[in-house]
Amino acid sequence: MSILVNKDTKVIVQGFTGKEGSFHAEQCMAYGTKIVGGVTPGKGGQEHLGQPVFNTVQEAVIATGATVSMIFVPPSFVSDAVMEAADAGITMAVIITEGAPVKDMMYAKAYATKKNMMTIGPNCPGIITADECKIGIMPGFIFKKGNIGLISKSGTLTYESANQVVKEGFGITTAVGIGGDPIIGLSYKQLLPMFEADPETKAIVMIGEIGGDLEIQAAAYIKEHVTKPVVAFIAGQTAPAGKRMGHAGAIISGGAGTAAEKMAALEAAGVKVVISPADIGKAVAEVMKNL
Amino acid sequence: MNIHEYQAKELFAKYNVPTLRGHIAFTADEAVRAAQELGGNIWVVKAQIHAGGRGLGGGVKLARSTTEVKEVAQQIIGMNLVTHQTGPEGKLVQKVYVEEGADIQKEYYLGILLDRALEMPIMMASTEGGMAIEDVAHNTPEKIIKVAIDPVTGFQGFHGRKLAFGLGLPKEEINTFIKFAAALYNVYMDYDAEMIEINPLVKTGDGRFLALDAKMGLDNNALYRQEHIHEMRDLSEEEPTEVEAGKFDLSYIKLDGNVGCMVNGAGLAMGTMDTINYEGGKPANFLDVGGSANATTVAKGFEIILKDPNVKAIFVNIFGGIVRCDRVANGIIEATKITNVNVPVIVRLDGTNAIEAAEILRNAGIKNIIAATDLADGARKAVAAAKGE
Repeated sequence: MSILVNKDTKVIVQGFTGKEGSFHAEQCMAYGTKIVGGVTPGKGGQEHLGQPVFNTVQEAVIATGATVSMIFVPPSFVSDAVMEAADAGITMAVIITEGAPVKDMMYAKAYATKKNMMTIGPNCPGIITADECKIGIMPGFIFKKGNIGLISKSGTLTYESANQVVKEGFGITTAVGIGGDPIIGLSYKQLLPMFEADPETKAIVMIGEIGGDLEIQAAAYIKEHVTKPVVAFIAGQTAPAGKRMGHAGAIISGGAGTAAEKMAALEAAGVKVVISPADIGKAVAEVMKNL
Repeated sequence: MNIHEYQAKELFAKYNVPTLRGHIAFTADEAVRAAQELGGNIWVVKAQIHAGGRGLGGGVKLARSTTEVKEVAQQIIGMNLVTHQTGPEGKLVQKVYVEEGADIQKEYYLGILLDRALEMPIMMASTEGGMAIEDVAHNTPEKIIKVAIDPVTGFQGFHGRKLAFGLGLPKEEINTFIKFAAALYNVYMDYDAEMIEINPLVKTGDGRFLALDAKMGLDNNALYRQEHIHEMRDLSEEEPTEVEAGKFDLSYIKLDGNVGCMVNGAGLAMGTMDTINYEGGKPANFLDVGGSANATTVAKGFEIILKDPNVKAIFVNIFGGIVRCDRVANGIIEATKITNVNVPVIVRLDGTNAIEAAEILRNAGIKNIIAATDLADGARKAVAAAKGE
């Protein structure tokens, strides 16, 4: 078991024939992901990486039965691509592209929600179910199969955490990089119940950062509904206020969105919060021992 | 990206958001000419820097004659203005905005920003104009009226009515206010603003609403389609090293510690700062070298970090995913040939080909490169090296 994606998930790639799209689609296929085709307007009818290319998402969905789309189009085309996927009946879009305007995401997400399409990202590493399906840009080999669910706003911290978990002798069920933009798709609050319901996931690691209040919402949810142990790290304890720390959404504004307030909220919800990201693996080992 | 008050007001004027007439001046003489052109017998001379609280710091002054305009402009231009938003080092004032006077009857606050939880813009109004809105929110949150505006349907009359009645405006002023708020919403959306703050929004004796001040921040990701706005960028308002780093696609932020760090990925970069702090040191910077981490970017990274004389050691923390560690290791070695690195460099490479990378670094025999096995080990060694241990 896992959440959201597995070895049977059929995936298309929007921006299939571009440099990034090609490179990562190939890596995903090598990992075992069922990439069944891609979309590049104007290149319909061609074949790329041994899979068909379509002009529209609609054609791709009809021909392949794909349910998930991995989006690599340039930032200015992201909202268009997301809405096209939603319109074509895709059930989940994984948006890797970094740099999409906030206003575009506001419209795209509203439309996706209306069409019942889930989104992950943008500006994220994607989603991976260990040994089954990788939809994104993460290095697959780090994610050994196991019993830990992982949710993270940061790409490299996802790898760092997964690596530590594996070094402690555990592994990952599914890892979701939710992205660090001001407006994102699935967040902790939607993913936590999925991990809670997944029989294979025994504990959850959540990696947050400064800015916004998604971690605070997560804390409230965990307190009420999550019985599995949760380990958390919040990046940016040493970040100055008012400065954007790389991610568009990682900014303390008006004194709100600090690491301290998020850590306090999570601790109050019974989460094992580590101060140093170097201790994530050890904390997982500890909560697993106490199960 | 932030823009100046006078620039924001230019945009307001295009959208019929009422402002006072004014001109920008870079010298005291230009300020006098601006005042003469505006006419009247009272002017306000306002320092143009990207920070709030200018009035309290002495950056906004009233003048009742052109002689006074000259005097105050002389005082303000070239001053180092310190406000609660500039930090103790302050900001050098290079230009002033000379504005006509107004008959102010009452001050309000009006702002728009993205509500990340609701995923739509919210407009906020308060009767507590002229005060820091953060303080109002903290002390008297009931005095802030908020409306969320669905971008799909846009600004509606009821949004305006909720705000106007919430502010306790008399009936005859409601429609003027609503028109103002609707126009401001259009500015926000059309220019891909991140936030707009009018503090104060004033009501004049003759019943008009005017944006007396204007603060505006824009979404960097949307600048590609806002060419006119892009031209408004004032590089003198930004930290020069951060601007320099940006040219090389490096995301750098200067901090006040002595352990420099170079990391791939924003989250891990913040996490590395936190680990240094946890191990008893203080990070000198945030630096995300992005996905590539090759010799050129690493060399540039070293150069930028070392511009800060406080830096006593550098912690290079790369988690190689798609980027292979052996390549990064070669990049680091190359980089030390391009840039003279005279402090200890603690290198932690993990992920793809980490073992080969360690081998490469060992064989290179560069004496100020110290290998670390993991994140904690690297942070500890970097903190110790910065302390001269």
